[in-house]
Amino acid sequence: MIRIANGQGFWGDSLEAPVNQVRRGPIDYLTLDYLAEITMSILQKQRSRDPRAGYARDFVEMIARVLPDLVERRIRVIANAGGVNPAACRDAVLGVAKRQGIDIRVATVAGDDIMDRLDQLIQRGIELRNMDTGEPLSAIRAQVQSANVYFGAFPVADALARGAQIVITGRCTDTGLAMAPMIHEFGWKADDWDKLAAGTIAGHTVECGAQCTGGNCQVDWDTIPDMADIGYPIIEAEPDGTFAITKHAGTGGRVTVASINEMGDPHEYITPDCVADFTTIHLEQTGADRVRFSGIRGRPATEFYKVSISYSAGFKAIGSLVYAWPDAYKKARAADQILRQRLERLGLRFEAMRSEFVGANGCHGIAAAEPSPEVEPQLAEVVLRFGVRSENRAAVERFTKELAPLVLNGPPVVTGLGGGRPKVEEIVAYWPALIPKHELTPVVGVWPNEN
Amino acid sequence: MAKRKLIELAHARSGDKGDTANVGIIARKPEYYPILVREVTAERVKQHFAGICKGKVERFELPNLGALNFLLHESLDGGGTLALKADPQGKTYSTALLRMEIDADSL
Repeated sequence: MIRIANGQGFWGDSLEAPVNQVRRGPIDYLTLDYLAEITMSILQKQRSRDPRAGYARDFVEMIARVLPDLVERRIRVIANAGGVNPAACRDAVLGVAKRQGIDIRVATVAGDDIMDRLDQLIQRGIELRNMDTGEPLSAIRAQVQSANVYFGAFPVADALARGAQIVITGRCTDTGLAMAPMIHEFGWKADDWDKLAAGTIAGHTVECGAQCTGGNCQVDWDTIPDMADIGYPIIEAEPDGTFAITKHAGTGGRVTVASINEMGDPHEYITPDCVADFTTIHLEQTGADRVRFSGIRGRPATEFYKVSISYSAGFKAIGSLVYAWPDAYKKARAADQILRQRLERLGLRFEAMRSEFVGANGCHGIAAAEPSPEVEPQLAEVVLRFGVRSENRAAVERFTKELAPLVLNGPPVVTGLGGGRPKVEEIVAYWPALIPKHELTPVVGVWPNEN
Repeated sequence: MAKRKLIELAHARSGDKGDTANVGIIARKPEYYPILVREVTAERVKQHFAGICKGKVERFELPNLGALNFLLHESLDGGGTLALKADPQGKTYSTALLRMEIDADSL
């Protein structure tokens, strides 16, 4: 049995989680996911300004904190912290090790970046159509900011086989990060579909960090113990593909059948490694904070990798105003109408304009009833949240100046402008596509060199 | 038949994939699962999210987990960074669905 810990559900997750996973109980592997779709474009911009940037710096700081523990406890780390520049991330980690006087072997998995090959691919008829809309990439080619292929677990397993203690990848699936140790340790083959499906579901279960150990869990959420010290998930993986999800003893949170339930499209969860079938999962509570998974079946992987493309898609700004009792909702709705009329008079055109009334029915919209006539005038406050989106930056900029005046020239008893005018944001949108696998070769490198 | 709010019979989680919201509901007890299958149809979910869900609703059954999974297409104001919503990932659609009133014989 091997223990694979998740120390990060997304870039921005708890900085203490990976440190706790390393120090507060036994683990063999620590995996960390840093890359959301949008992250790649931010990192791409950073690298265009500085050739040594473009990776998750938080990861390097985390390694600096725990490197002696990792060595002492023989824990190996796998992270997609490399972003668009795994080599620079590797150099930063090797620099940390050198300063601490520790010898480690670091591997990178690269070759996922196809930004420089886009035109050539399109010319050859690989259209990179948007998986949701069917549009070919040529429609937005000029706006593309990054393009990376999702690799799976096998290149990472290769890096482990070559002795890496820390594996830094570019765009690699979260499930691949967690499954690679199973492939490496148990000798799973590329066509062991059931085992690969099991490893994939193990990775999928832990990829959102503490969401499977009691975080964001509706069932008896208010009795979940010590959420302030919530433990992050650990996979206890067996060679036959069964596994348990648990957490370190003494940490907060709760691992139950209810806490781990999370699903995608259940019959066909497609990764580069296999197609996993969620309808075959058998769950069993086998102890306190321990759920066992068995029976998982999988099917052959597809011939394609998924590509994560980001592109510039105009501008947006969102601002809000807080209206207080009495008649908070009525005032917020009146302010919304006034604002819309003023934007109309200014002749501003937007691709999208949206108002929400937070405190009345902002989250659930039409699925929630309107506040009853008795309740409505009594609402303590309602927040008008107003957003616009446009290709035209100037129109969005002009909108940001129309919110503040409402404080003095609109409905009464309003506040909430402490942050000043809303900021205009450049929208970087996501374009998912597919590419034949034979177009790509993952590049695994190990430093210092094996020889 | 007695009317019940779905939240008495199920818990839920939701999230996003682009402009598609993914809402999973899980029976609180195994005996509730057939009631969910009978009552919480794709059509009813589409109706429940009228004005929010502009595309089709797909339903998947997971009897092994006592769960139903719904994909609500074109439901997130464009999705991701394009959306102007406070909840562009549909994280709160879970309990929005649990507001549904259904016919449940005896609980």
